[in-house]
Amino acid sequence: MRNPLSEKIVSVKPSGIRKFFDIVNEMEDAISLGVGEPDFDTPWHIRDEGIYAFEKGHTFYTSNSGLKELKQEICKYIERTQGIKYDYNSEVVVTVGGSEAIDLAFRAMIDPGDEVLIPEPSYVSYQPCAILAGAKPVIIDLKPENDFKLTAEEILEKVTDKTKILVLPFPNNPTGSTLGKSDLEKIAKVCIEKDLYVLSDEIYGALTYNGQHVSIASINGMKERTILINGFSKTYAMTGWRLGYALAPKEILAQMLKIHQFAIMCAPTVSQYAAIEALKNGDGDIEMMKNSYNQRRRFLLNAFKEMNLPCFEPNGAFYVFPCIKEFGMTSEEFATRFLQEEKVATVPGTAFGQSGEGFLRISYAYSLDTLKTAMEKLEKFITRLRKHVQ
Amino acid sequence: MREEILSVIAKNSKINLKDLAVLLNKNEVDIANEIADMEKEGVICGYHTLIDWEKTSVEKVSALIEVRVTPQRGQGFDSIAERIYNYPEVNSLFLISGGFDLLVTLEGKTLKEVSYFVSDKLATLDTVLSTSTHFILKKYKQEGLIIAKPKKDEREAIS
Repeated sequence: MRNPLSEKIVSVKPSGIRKFFDIVNEMEDAISLGVGEPDFDTPWHIRDEGIYAFEKGHTFYTSNSGLKELKQEICKYIERTQGIKYDYNSEVVVTVGGSEAIDLAFRAMIDPGDEVLIPEPSYVSYQPCAILAGAKPVIIDLKPENDFKLTAEEILEKVTDKTKILVLPFPNNPTGSTLGKSDLEKIAKVCIEKDLYVLSDEIYGALTYNGQHVSIASINGMKERTILINGFSKTYAMTGWRLGYALAPKEILAQMLKIHQFAIMCAPTVSQYAAIEALKNGDGDIEMMKNSYNQRRRFLLNAFKEMNLPCFEPNGAFYVFPCIKEFGMTSEEFATRFLQEEKVATVPGTAFGQSGEGFLRISYAYSLDTLKTAMEKLEKFITRLRKHVQ
Repeated sequence: MREEILSVIAKNSKINLKDLAVLLNKNEVDIANEIADMEKEGVICGYHTLIDWEKTSVEKVSALIEVRVTPQRGQGFDSIAERIYNYPEVNSLFLISGGFDLLVTLEGKTLKEVSYFVSDKLATLDTVLSTSTHFILKKYKQEGLIIAKPKKDEREAIS
């Protein structure tokens, strides 16, 4: 029999998160700090709207790009948070989560041999999606001494005349790092100079703790070269509804829409109705969740300080990224032993790229009580390790 | 700072000062002073524990009583309210707009005890025109907390 598989897909490595997941799943009483989704339920008024949508029989396809009212609300949201104007009719597509939007963007823009700059550590899907689209991924290793922020210099070091897209994953999963306006202006300058497009994954944009998130699309001259990706999962605790969106110049969006049309048809209809309610009346929910995350973030940072575990102050998303280099183990060894010995699951930094080596992703999408117990266990664990090291 | 402190301790009055200081990124002493001030000013009136008595062996009967009264000249509802709220079995008392005047919530050990209070104490007050008693059969949610159904974390352990 012939080999049924595509060489290209076989060559893509499975997600590093997955491997760890199987170990955790076998432990029944483990505390997990490993999730990448909010612990909050979707706010009731949003779920209620979903129920109404079912009752009213909104169970058919929507137009490929999404419900008109939803696209209008998305544009209003981006205008009120970022001051950028998009045309709902030609510059928005509603997708099955932000992850579909990432895939669409690459496939719409990449020709074989094009290079894509991917800063790491970052979300696990950029590289595989870029490869599947035929691109050559070029990794930028973000540096701990810069608090894992991307700098214009780092782009210049890796840019070639084949570089077409820069992935900009901020606020960042797994580090929680954010970029401010001045950082973005420098990056924008390079993008314009080198004629790069930016895939700006702003899925955590609503979750920043020291100043509001700034989108690179709001910088002069950048809207026309930015694919802005966002969604409802993290902002409104709606992961399971599978709803995201992309905003892009209409020439790019038209091609993305074509792929979406053939591969997906449209995003889930009921989710789209619920999302309209989220955008119209959900600002208060965001504020409430953000306050809560911020308190937990402070709690963890203080706990690390008290146990002398170095960690920069992350200002976005719901992750902290402490450094465990002093223990002389790889992130994976550390996470595995921590899980086995104290039954607390964290994710090794290397699941998000080689430059995550020596770090641990800890999610604070958990109740304070859970975090407290986990930090007591972490302290016990590292105290034991430190004794051995001496 | 007040609102921030209140928003946390409204949900968790057990939190210690050190944790509270960390969560709010404030100085411990400042928080302690602010809380003391709020206690003095009566902003913070007390610290209660929310108990699901159903899960204990203690028998309790709760009732809501709608009371219609004749307000008194120069006193309005206040003096009649005072006569009612001084009974220790009265849990809370509200002046209400709409079809009746006062809403009394009551906790007693037995049905008999509650009935006795209503018929003997409450209904016989001069200014009380009528009462209507509703017994609580099940508590689903109280003080913003759902007590009827424990929540389970359905998320995948790692994602």
